[in-house]
Amino acid sequence: MAVFEWVRFLVGAVLLLCGLGTFLIEMIGVYRFRYVLNRMHAAAMGDTLGIGFCLLGLIVMSGFHITSLKLLLVIIFLWFSSPVSSHLIARLEVTTDEEPEKHYRTADLKTVEAELEKEGEE
Amino acid sequence: MSKKVPRESYEKTISFRLKQWLAGTKDPFLDQVEMKPQKAFCETEEEKNRWQAEKQKAVTKIFDKQKNAELHFFRKIYRLVCVIFCVSLVLVLLTGVSYLPPYGHAGNPVNNEVSQRYIENGLQETGAVNIVTGMILDYRAFDTLGESHVLFIATCTVLILLRFDEEKGKKKKWKDGEIASSNMEELCANDRYYEPKNDLILQTVAKILVPPIVIFGIYVILCGHLGPGGGFSGGAIIGAGLILYLNAFGFAKTERFFTARTYKITSFTALACYALCKSYSFYTGANHIESVIPLGTPGAILSSGLIFVLNICVGVVVAGTMYTFYVMFRKGGY
Repeated sequence: MAVFEWVRFLVGAVLLLCGLGTFLIEMIGVYRFRYVLNRMHAAAMGDTLGIGFCLLGLIVMSGFHITSLKLLLVIIFLWFSSPVSSHLIARLEVTTDEEPEKHYRTADLKTVEAELEKEGEE
Repeated sequence: MSKKVPRESYEKTISFRLKQWLAGTKDPFLDQVEMKPQKAFCETEEEKNRWQAEKQKAVTKIFDKQKNAELHFFRKIYRLVCVIFCVSLVLVLLTGVSYLPPYGHAGNPVNNEVSQRYIENGLQETGAVNIVTGMILDYRAFDTLGESHVLFIATCTVLILLRFDEEKGKKKKWKDGEIASSNMEELCANDRYYEPKNDLILQTVAKILVPPIVIFGIYVILCGHLGPGGGFSGGAIIGAGLILYLNAFGFAKTERFFTARTYKITSFTALACYALCKSYSFYTGANHIESVIPLGTPGAILSSGLIFVLNICVGVVVAGTMYTFYVMFRKGGY
């Protein structure tokens, strides 16, 4: 059974390291970007993928019992709540942005498709 | 026998004036204290120039490094003194920490007869498996009563400070998505117009998440004497659930079941119930001779006598307080 224990430890460690790496990328992104929506793009990644990896690693490392079930519920809860809060912040930013043309451009789908086709022709 | 008093002499009595003052029909300051209207702030060009010249003078005379030797010296020495101060503070604190008794040692001053008594007799006397709950809601219930009152008073203070008074006579109810044109500017200034309303994603998620959150809060409150949790944490969870529901569906939906009146009634009932339960225990000597509710078997959900009731009371107060704080800061009254 020692082999099984080792495999479990290794899988858990790899998952935890993946989560920490995601958090590192998130940190760099949050400090690197200058605009809110860009920053949120980076920040939301850590809130879902990073925390998912970390908690999954913890579940694997601690074994499967009632505590790991609770951790799974935490993952589900975070995956529900975190993207929704990011979405609300983004929506608020879009509605209250005073200089939208500086940060992003709005376009409907047809013009974008037309532009893409033009690029494809060239 | 009561005799009929004419109205003029009745109006001179203290009770009539007190009644008027309580009802607010007569302002006690009116016609008695001299009051002047505040002058409107207006600035002429001349005054503005004078202000700016003085400001400029201050900048050149005081904050100029080359001319002001004192400032130059101060700026040089400031960082050094900062570092010295911080290092000495760290040293003092570390010396203090090094004199602390070792963690978990049997001879520590914390391990006196009080904690011994809690650990040895707590389960028998309070019936709560969670000794912490047994302590805060039984041995030290008076303290917790004060804490609940602090929360209630804090809400009252916020209510006084942030109340958004509407014009007298016309009480308008805000409906989501519908904004009176006369209030448009005010709403823009208050950022109420811009807040995301009727967001489909938020509503869908709130539909899924709010019931589990509230049920979890109730579970935490009801199991306060069996495990970690209790009135304060469970109430905070329920309050958060209510705030999420409010954010998703707006005031029109929440005011169907939770208004200022509901808050007042539930809070008052909970606090009065708490005070009554605990004063019974205090007047009988706080000696656990006999309780209204039997202690029951430890570990069962309906056990530990009054603690169960007190937990629910604290939970109701905390949930209402959380929600009211949020509503006050966002809308200023409900």
